[in-house]
Amino acid sequence: MAKLKLALYWAASCGGCEIAQLLIGDRILKLAEAADIVFWPVAIDAKYKDVEAMEDNSIDVCLFNGAIRNSEQEHMARMLRAKSKVMIAYGACACRGGIPGLGNLHNRQQIFDTVYRDTASTEKNGNIFPQPSYKAPEGELEIPVFYDTVSTLNQVVDVEYYIPGCPPEEKTTWLALEALIQGKLPPRGTVISHNVKAVCDDCSRKRDIKKIKKIHRTYEFIPEPEICLLEQGLLCVGVATRGGCGALCPQVSMPCTGCYGPVEGVIDQGAHFLSAVASVIDSKDEEEIRTILSDVRDPVGTCYRYSLPDSLVRRASIK
Amino acid sequence: MSFEPKIVAFLCNWCSYAGADLAGVSRYKCAPNVMSIRLMCSGGLEPSFVLKAFKEGADGVLVCGCNLGDCHYTDGNYKTLMRMTLLKKLTEQLGIEEPRVRLQWVCASCAEDFTNAVNRITEDVRALGPYKKEKVEVESGKNT
Repeated sequence: MAKLKLALYWAASCGGCEIAQLLIGDRILKLAEAADIVFWPVAIDAKYKDVEAMEDNSIDVCLFNGAIRNSEQEHMARMLRAKSKVMIAYGACACRGGIPGLGNLHNRQQIFDTVYRDTASTEKNGNIFPQPSYKAPEGELEIPVFYDTVSTLNQVVDVEYYIPGCPPEEKTTWLALEALIQGKLPPRGTVISHNVKAVCDDCSRKRDIKKIKKIHRTYEFIPEPEICLLEQGLLCVGVATRGGCGALCPQVSMPCTGCYGPVEGVIDQGAHFLSAVASVIDSKDEEEIRTILSDVRDPVGTCYRYSLPDSLVRRASIK
Repeated sequence: MSFEPKIVAFLCNWCSYAGADLAGVSRYKCAPNVMSIRLMCSGGLEPSFVLKAFKEGADGVLVCGCNLGDCHYTDGNYKTLMRMTLLKKLTEQLGIEEPRVRLQWVCASCAEDFTNAVNRITEDVRALGPYKKEKVEVESGKNT
């Protein structure tokens, strides 16, 4: 069998996904036996023009991580889509927008104002903002256009598979790579993860039907080691999050933040979680309910930590 | 053409829908901007329904259930109250102004309460203008 051709790319992401890809350890040698990596900006020296020169559909699989936040990323997503037979959204940002997706609470101008003008460490010598093109004495310079709205990969191009996680756990990555090497990929559109419905199903903490009177933030509260975090008043998104990670965070007393995306069949992870939180509040008094819920300081950041661009509303409207 | 708000109302089967029905039978004058959707219980209203209404072009959402203590299923409307309280915080953070999402208890004989709620949200939303979505540069229409 001819060797597979593999491309890896990063868009609006932090670089954690490449580290997660390397976490498979010496199994990378198995991958190297089965596949040639033709493009991977973080590790090999292939340029954009090399990809451009490739024929359409000449790459077998592209692992694309990161959301789409500017014109360069959109361009690369479209180009790699054309060159690849199979496009895989790797990691929470490519799948659902991820942490960069929270930028959808603001628009370009607000983000620029904060970054290039309002921060205390910025010199106050006029409003200097990045421009997409600039005429320098040596010629015209161009940088990518920064978008108002962050998009997920599948909002830009067709995507065959999704590998969830921020970053994807090593076993999730290997599950996908193994299927790829053996040529046993699941049906198109599958989110590749171990078949666990929710993070709770992997979590060893005991669930009761206890209800809560107070919502805590992680820094102000040390939870009991064996009881469900949500029932202790920590906003653990595990109930609304696809399993497969092994429930690593809740087992060490950190509430799940939802990086594996919504459970199968749910479109909007945040709304699903919101429902769950509301149903554990122990009160029948309007005023008290309001007081308890006032401790949810950042509802969007809590419910949609990794999925705002993929949510029903997709972004905030700005006055 | 002047702006006519599109309001989606979720009404519970036992009280609010009957109340809305009574408002019609009693010939109360009521803004024609509301499209009603009947649920068995307002407690069955998933928060995503409200968000989906906005996504599909609603300018406001009205949720009606039985008065607290009167729920046909004992405490369904307490769940509505908790969800809507939190949902309103969320929608406000998403730039959906507070008056666009409204929770109103309407009993089966409260035709007037229903009429007032409908007229009020219609006027509030009319004053706010259409729910405007921000520009999305990359638009492929493939999002579910």
